Amino acid sequence: METTTNNKYTFKDFASDQEVRWCPGCDDYVILRAVQKALPEIGVKKEDVVFISGIGCSSRFPYYMDTYGMHSIHGRAPAIASGVKLANPELSVWVITGDGDSMAIGGNHFIHVLRRNLDLNVILFNNEIYGLTKGQFSPTSLVGQKTKSSPFGNTQPPFHPGQLAIGAQARFFARVGGNTPKEMSQVFIEAEKFKGTSLIEVLQNCPIFNDGCFSKYTDKAVREDMQLFVEHGKPMIFGKEKNKGVVLNGLKLEVVTLGENGITEADLLVHDAESQDPTLHLILARSEYPLVTGIIRSFPDVTFEERVNALVEEVKANSSFTKTDDLFFSGETYEVN
Amino acid sequence: MIEAKEEQKKQILEQVVVRFAGDSGDGMQLTGSQFSDTSAMFGNDVATFPNYPAEIRAPQGSLYGVSGFQVHIGSVEISTPGDDLDLLVAMNPAGLKTNLKAVKPGHMVIVDSDAFTKKNLEKAKYESNPLEDGSLENYLVIEVSMTSLTKEALKDVQGLDNKSIIRSKNMFALGMVYWMYNRSKEHTIDFFNKKFKTKPELIESNTKVLNAGYFYAETLELIPNDYTVAPAKMPAGTYRIIMGNTATAWGFLAAAEKSGLNLFLGSYPITPASDILHELVKHKHFGVTALQAEDEIAGISSAIGASFAGDLAITTTSGPGLALKGEALGLALMLELPLVVVDVQRGGPSTGLPTKTEQSDLLQAMFGRNGESPVILIAASTPANCFNYAYEAAKLTLEHMTPVILLTDGYIANGSAPWKIQSVDDMPEIKPLIVKEGNPDWQPYDRDKETLAREWAIPGTPGLEHRVGGLEKDKLSGQVSYDPDNHQTMTDIRAEKIKRVQNYIPELQTEFAQEGDVLVVGWGGTYGNLYAALKDLKQSGAKGVGLAHFNHINPLPKNTAEVFGRFKKLLVCELNTGQFASILKMQFPQTRIEQFNKIEGLPFGTSELVKKINDVIE
Repeated sequence: METTTNNKYTFKDFASDQEVRWCPGCDDYVILRAVQKALPEIGVKKEDVVFISGIGCSSRFPYYMDTYGMHSIHGRAPAIASGVKLANPELSVWVITGDGDSMAIGGNHFIHVLRRNLDLNVILFNNEIYGLTKGQFSPTSLVGQKTKSSPFGNTQPPFHPGQLAIGAQARFFARVGGNTPKEMSQVFIEAEKFKGTSLIEVLQNCPIFNDGCFSKYTDKAVREDMQLFVEHGKPMIFGKEKNKGVVLNGLKLEVVTLGENGITEADLLVHDAESQDPTLHLILARSEYPLVTGIIRSFPDVTFEERVNALVEEVKANSSFTKTDDLFFSGETYEVN
Repeated sequence: MIEAKEEQKKQILEQVVVRFAGDSGDGMQLTGSQFSDTSAMFGNDVATFPNYPAEIRAPQGSLYGVSGFQVHIGSVEISTPGDDLDLLVAMNPAGLKTNLKAVKPGHMVIVDSDAFTKKNLEKAKYESNPLEDGSLENYLVIEVSMTSLTKEALKDVQGLDNKSIIRSKNMFALGMVYWMYNRSKEHTIDFFNKKFKTKPELIESNTKVLNAGYFYAETLELIPNDYTVAPAKMPAGTYRIIMGNTATAWGFLAAAEKSGLNLFLGSYPITPASDILHELVKHKHFGVTALQAEDEIAGISSAIGASFAGDLAITTTSGPGLALKGEALGLALMLELPLVVVDVQRGGPSTGLPTKTEQSDLLQAMFGRNGESPVILIAASTPANCFNYAYEAAKLTLEHMTPVILLTDGYIANGSAPWKIQSVDDMPEIKPLIVKEGNPDWQPYDRDKETLAREWAIPGTPGLEHRVGGLEKDKLSGQVSYDPDNHQTMTDIRAEKIKRVQNYIPELQTEFAQEGDVLVVGWGGTYGNLYAALKDLKQSGAKGVGLAHFNHINPLPKNTAEVFGRFKKLLVCELNTGQFASILKMQFPQTRIEQFNKIEGLPFGTSELVKKINDVIE
């Protein structure tokens, strides 16, 4: 992937000529703009960027980006993107998916793409509902949630995307609120820099079918008190007054107040996103208070394409074949006169 | 039992059919393939037919656990693995029971008499020992204590456990057969040296047992010692023995090299197609990327991604996998990207008969997708020409920018035959439609006037950034379009694009007769059997019976109707209940079509075809 110099592009260069057709007030607009703003900063050339999506509201995304793109079929975007990346590892490849697309119909591809660790970026638009099919429960809908297909309340316990991803060996997991574009762009940039599969869960409000699903964490009035935005190497501090912190009590997170009971910054947990052991990352990903946002896990590991390339070089070095005729005429052949 | 008669000795035979049968762990596949390879090296034409159970190690001695490998060798042209056996080698009672009816009366059966124990006879559901009760009196039965002779031969070899000793008795049988047909042991001994490079005790033991069998046969006066099959007259050239699945893999390697593209395979293991994956993973040095995906859908989806990014992309499967790939295949044809799907057909429906052959995926390949979704459909017809049709599938998909399904089947995919090696230099050109640079007027769905193929703009090319997708596209810009007229136009274009492939495929040829009463029609893997039947009929004086064998199914060759018109009626023979016949009836409603169908998991036999064709002539 070649990079450009001096931020030649602006976000407008990444906007296609297509009219954006999401519902008014949808967080998808925020995500689109955050990606369009992140790309010029990443410095990648437009022609080297590929967006692959599945099916669902979120998956219309590639049409709005003036890059290469494919709006594919339901659930299969991670597999298609893997093919793109393996065919040309120089490309910057992004998967756009939703909670239904990635964890219901595409669950298998989702876990396996994380396991293999190709250098892809997966943006998961989680709105805990099916939007495009007009309001059925999704694999992240809550128990008891009333939807078109669960009028008396959902009886299927939800997946927790972070837990599922870490269980599937994800090396990079981040979470951001759907209404915090600056944090979002920052996370997207870090995700692209990371070598390996990066999963970013965006808590995306669906104003039509599941309005307010994340408001207790994301509303402007409460979000600083409810969200802990973690940064690698920094102590875990949050709150409007920047006076709350997190310590580990046994295997549980405990919220403490700085200055109370003799607690100082030195007592707080310091975020280590890069540790191989995901135990603490899992605890952070599952925490409900505070809800942890930012890059929760970012463990540098060998990528799938690095393993593949190493093998190709080794096989090449040990092979005397340079063209297929060498193979065809090798071994047990015989002449007929 | 009959004694070997003097006139059976010292024969020069034109052709011989030998079958090795035993437990699925007895190494019958290896024994058979060694015999066919050695015979090919000797200059015979050969055809093989492995027939084995789905279980890797079925219960020992059971009837359903019998594994067989049939070899047909000849000094004349060989087009099938043969019907009736000149020699059966049965390693146990179950192998004898399940295969005896294929042996020609008066011909030879070699058995391992050590295996005819009370227990094994019960497992094979024999009420009495056939070696003792006179039920084999129409055959020339050679009883050999193979297990004990093998043990005896190996008594001085150090470092072998009992299991390894008993397992090498198949080489005793092979040694005997080598001596009978005057074959050299050299090829097989070379094979041991390579295969057991790090286990010298196994080289020694297998070589000893092979020699022991060879010398035992020489010593045993009962065995006619001059069975020989002279080399066949074949076109001059360099040959090798090739299995259908290997030939398929190599056809794609050749096409990738010729087109200047990297080959990408996305695949999920499935019988009987996995050998294509096994072959292609070996060739990373040719720029092959082979991804064993998490499932069939990821196999085709990763291939679609690789195709979008500029590789020659293929996916390989069998019937159940093709069903799973249907939706993604529809995406590929909507995107108008190159992609080859190989379906190595097996018995169905559902899991069906995984290790047996059938031609029952034809209509699934033709129609098994949602919406109006035509694809190019071609079928290989011999183990060796899998190479050519894989190559042609790649050429068609790259030059017409639409997916191709290549049908083979378990019979030709696992069968092997001599292949006159084709150099890539002599293969036809392949010209991928890659568009190199940005032209401000370029439109993703603009088309070639002749083929209607669109151009292939690959990510990384400046100025050609564009979006594609499964939603209906505008006929020029490729943007989403819900316009009714546009949908009609695009549907028509996608159909017309396939139809125009007729201008780029060979015309239909007929053999044996150019006009007359009956045109025998086949497609795909039945060619060898149909050819053998027609040759038989011709030798017995039949006239006006032609053979038309199809390799191109969608579209059909341009002159199909004209060829059909030269015969009074058609006899369509296929290993299903009449799928190709139904396609022909749809397209040529005026043609008189009769059918011969069989669905037993087995290929046609020459004699049953001859009988059916004779019935239709009358």
